Amino acid sequence: MGAYLIRRVLWIIPVLFVVSIITFSLMHAVPGGPWSKEKKLPPSVIEHLDQKYNLDEPVFIQYLNWVGPLQFDEGALQRDEADNLVFGGLLAGDLGPSYKYLDRSVNDIVADGIWVTVQLGLMSFILSVIVGIPLGVIAALRHNGIPDYAATFVSIIGIATPTFVASILLLVVFSIALGWFQPNSLDWRTDPSSWVLPVIALSLFPIAQIARYTRASMLEVTRRDYVRTAHSKGVKEGSVVVVHMIRNALIPVVTILGPLLAFLITGSFITEFIFSVPGIGRYYVTSIGQRDYGVIMAMTMLYAAAIAIMNLVVDVLYAYIDPRIRYS
Amino acid sequence: MTLSEESAQAPSVVVEDLPDSVEVATEEGRRMAAQLHDKQPHAKRLLEVRNLTTQFFTREGVVHAVDEVSFDLDYGETLGLVGESGCGKSVTALSLVRLVPSPPGRIVSGQIIFDGVDILKLSNAEMRLMRGKKIGFIFQDPMTSLNPTLPIGFQISESAKLHLNLSRRAADDRAVELLSKVGIPRARDRMKDYPHQFSGGMRQRVMIAIALACDPMLLLADEPTTALDVTIQAQILDLIRSLSEEFGTAVILITHDLGIAAGMCHRVNVMYAGRIAETGLVDDVFEHARHPYSWGLMDSLPRLTDARSARLRTIEGLPPDLLDPGPECRFSPRCHYVTDRCRTAEPELSSREGEGHLARCFGTEPGGWIA
Repeated sequence: MGAYLIRRVLWIIPVLFVVSIITFSLMHAVPGGPWSKEKKLPPSVIEHLDQKYNLDEPVFIQYLNWVGPLQFDEGALQRDEADNLVFGGLLAGDLGPSYKYLDRSVNDIVADGIWVTVQLGLMSFILSVIVGIPLGVIAALRHNGIPDYAATFVSIIGIATPTFVASILLLVVFSIALGWFQPNSLDWRTDPSSWVLPVIALSLFPIAQIARYTRASMLEVTRRDYVRTAHSKGVKEGSVVVVHMIRNALIPVVTILGPLLAFLITGSFITEFIFSVPGIGRYYVTSIGQRDYGVIMAMTMLYAAAIAIMNLVVDVLYAYIDPRIRYS
Repeated sequence: MTLSEESAQAPSVVVEDLPDSVEVATEEGRRMAAQLHDKQPHAKRLLEVRNLTTQFFTREGVVHAVDEVSFDLDYGETLGLVGESGCGKSVTALSLVRLVPSPPGRIVSGQIIFDGVDILKLSNAEMRLMRGKKIGFIFQDPMTSLNPTLPIGFQISESAKLHLNLSRRAADDRAVELLSKVGIPRARDRMKDYPHQFSGGMRQRVMIAIALACDPMLLLADEPTTALDVTIQAQILDLIRSLSEEFGTAVILITHDLGIAAGMCHRVNVMYAGRIAETGLVDDVFEHARHPYSWGLMDSLPRLTDARSARLRTIEGLPPDLLDPGPECRFSPRCHYVTDRCRTAEPELSSREGEGHLARCFGTEPGGWIA
């Protein structure tokens, strides 16, 4: 298991490497650049800017520059005070400059928003799991009964309603009509109520998805022979569900929980935008429109790393839930 | 003297006291455990099934899976239910413990008296106390009948904890004892192992240990060896036989293998299309069968004397559609001896030569046309 874990962690490196190359190439293949504005800048200004940010170099040099082994700072490899070669760029944890917010580095931008986003994501994840799984279990146990139809109804609403519709509805009803929550929180640190609506809005889809998976999986497990064996032993109905069924039913559900958590903790553009959450979610969309190369790369790598790590966590969880799975 | 005669004459099976290794958690546990080992019969027979009818209500219509089935079982006796696939053997057994999958299945009518208790009148909670405690169940496929995510020790001790009110340690001790009894070496070490760490035969042994965990009065074995290879089959059957004799447990053995039925059972019920076609002591049914279906079954057995190139003999045709069985004898479409009488009405079970030997055939009734 230890060797397996180390191997899996090491495998994340080439994955991220490939993702970064693809993103970097695509990003530069898209027409336009950080300096394209509605009002065109004079060619001499653009040339000057390109030079300053090394955008006049070939793309692969720019890539190496961004990764770090080559820091073409004034055309020379980066050296520390003792004149040793050092890594810069991504390998040194430096995500480079933002081409849009000239006074801030990408590191500053990410550091400012990431904890708000991660908090929001974690809260939504926990809410989704503690609502979604019981919802699915109850629906399966009362298969074709009223609880099943109610749960299915909620799931379909959750899946079919776009987040922006749900978010705006929540705002209109609970902030504006009922006045229970501030529409735009001014202080996310000290006012817990600021989180309520965005967490709910962000959780609706995951709740629906988890409930559907859990329900389908529970229905399948209900028909398994070992459940019949449990009944033949005279085990109480509740124990059959809790001891014999849920654990088996959760194996497929765990598969979607990993990517879901990765998705939630790296932020959502729409929810953060509508509720004015000071997170990083909004940069997914704005950075691309602005061709803010540094931010695009940062967001992509963040998301890719989160997915890779979560998939690893899921695989480890599998072994914990299902004793048949052993890694070597 | 066979076991059935024995129990008929002296219907009490002495069971030794609780082994010392079993510690009992509470006073209640002591009482329950004592009661468990009290195998004093509460009725003349262990099991009386009367006109049991179980149907499946499907979209296509009502499937008459078990139709007016009646039979008895003595304390400690082994009864075989034989017949081809879909004849209602398994549904009969599941009906006895009320585990017919519902929906779509339902026990529509009939009476099941188990040790003097009317099973069909029990509440669900009372029924639960019967399952596992008084009636153990061994299922066909040991690969799928054990929970893959729970250690086998837990799966065996679970019902002992539940029904005998044993403490966790006492239940574990009991599980170890059972595991060694069913022939699993190093039983204590294997308690924490999971089903996938056992072979098919070993898993079926674990299944038997589960079924016997509370020392039940009746063991329902639904094709316990069908999923196993032949050498393992014999071991498992020997195990079931020796343990049922040791514990004085009655067994209903469901099988489509006549050889197994002949070797294991005191009596057999031959089932066809949801009904009992013939019933009687093993020797009577196998040596002096009085139903054309029984002949067909026995004729289909391959023999060592058969020419190698000879084709296997079969009963031509298919069993009737249980969605809408007509008024005729259900075997009549496949019967060589069929007459017009068979096509208009179904015969009742009637007596033949031999103790409790009954057959459902006009042709072999006294004065019938089949010699």
